Amino acid sequence: MIVAKRKPFAEIMAMLEGYDKVLNVGCGTCVSVCLAGGEKEVAVLNTELEMARRLQDAPLDIQGHTIERQCDREYLAELDTMIADGKFDALLSMACGVGIQFLAERYPRIPTFPAVDTTGLAVNQAVGWYEERCRSCSQCVLGTTGGICPITMCAKGLLNGPCGGTNKGSCEISADQPCAWFRIHERLSGQGRLDAIRKINTTRGWNDQTPRNLIQPGYKKPERMAK
Amino acid sequence: MRLTYPTNIKIVRVPCTGKVDVMHLLRCFQEGADGVYCVGCMEGNCHYNQGNLRCRERVEYIHELLEEIGIEGDRVRMYNLSSGEGPTFAKYAQEMTDHIMSLGPNPLKAKPRKAAASA
Repeated sequence: MIVAKRKPFAEIMAMLEGYDKVLNVGCGTCVSVCLAGGEKEVAVLNTELEMARRLQDAPLDIQGHTIERQCDREYLAELDTMIADGKFDALLSMACGVGIQFLAERYPRIPTFPAVDTTGLAVNQAVGWYEERCRSCSQCVLGTTGGICPITMCAKGLLNGPCGGTNKGSCEISADQPCAWFRIHERLSGQGRLDAIRKINTTRGWNDQTPRNLIQPGYKKPERMAK
Repeated sequence: MRLTYPTNIKIVRVPCTGKVDVMHLLRCFQEGADGVYCVGCMEGNCHYNQGNLRCRERVEYIHELLEEIGIEGDRVRMYNLSSGEGPTFAKYAQEMTDHIMSLGPNPLKAKPRKAAASA
């Protein structure tokens, strides 16, 4: 799941300076589950902003609406009537970076501001605790690393490890940070697959450094759309 | 027991302090309350195991939120007592009232709201 955390309140206040009619758009999918930008978080932020602006003698008319997903046009469409020209001077989005961009693209004449910082792809370890597990690098090596991602978990993102900094199961950056390659060794050893660690992984393509388009098999765009 | 406690306190009953949400506390201040205190069971005695501990965490969290907004965080407090402690309840009510009196009224009270735009 994509996880995010709310931006510092002062930063959000600074972005909205000078705007009097704002719509805060929440997202009902990933950021709702990770307690960063769902219906409740929209309500909390709106209440805070309304109170803070009133204290500054610059009252704000802020409304909130949470849609199912901000990364899908069919859900964004329900905002069209709500965001008619002139109704709002600015939009605030509590979706991940993807949703914020899609919202901004749909309403290009209205300034759109992010209310959260997207932090990554993570698993839910406990209520409110999310641990990053994937950097979406486009070249998954989990098959040879016992299901542990060295790109995410290794501080150096080494594809062939461990390095000399491994220290009794911990990484040299911190005793609290497990060494990814130590864990990979343990996992593969337990599975009797240590051969896999001897395989040299070749250099990464750094595909995640350029914008990527993904079209699932069977969903190829018609020719006219591709142009 | 015929105990007295300040009359300016409005009691909002919840099934457990674990039900108290950050949004409830924020809304109190938005609507003009001068202070809010949550009275939960003794720590370790929660019928739902962790309700009062969760409430304490939320009270601590709202301190930060209120400070960010520009309102004293200490206007929200958490107290613990058992249901048999009437005199302690009255004592806490007096203590909280004195504390809020010393802080003065909610600064939002004097500030007008912006009229909501027609939807």
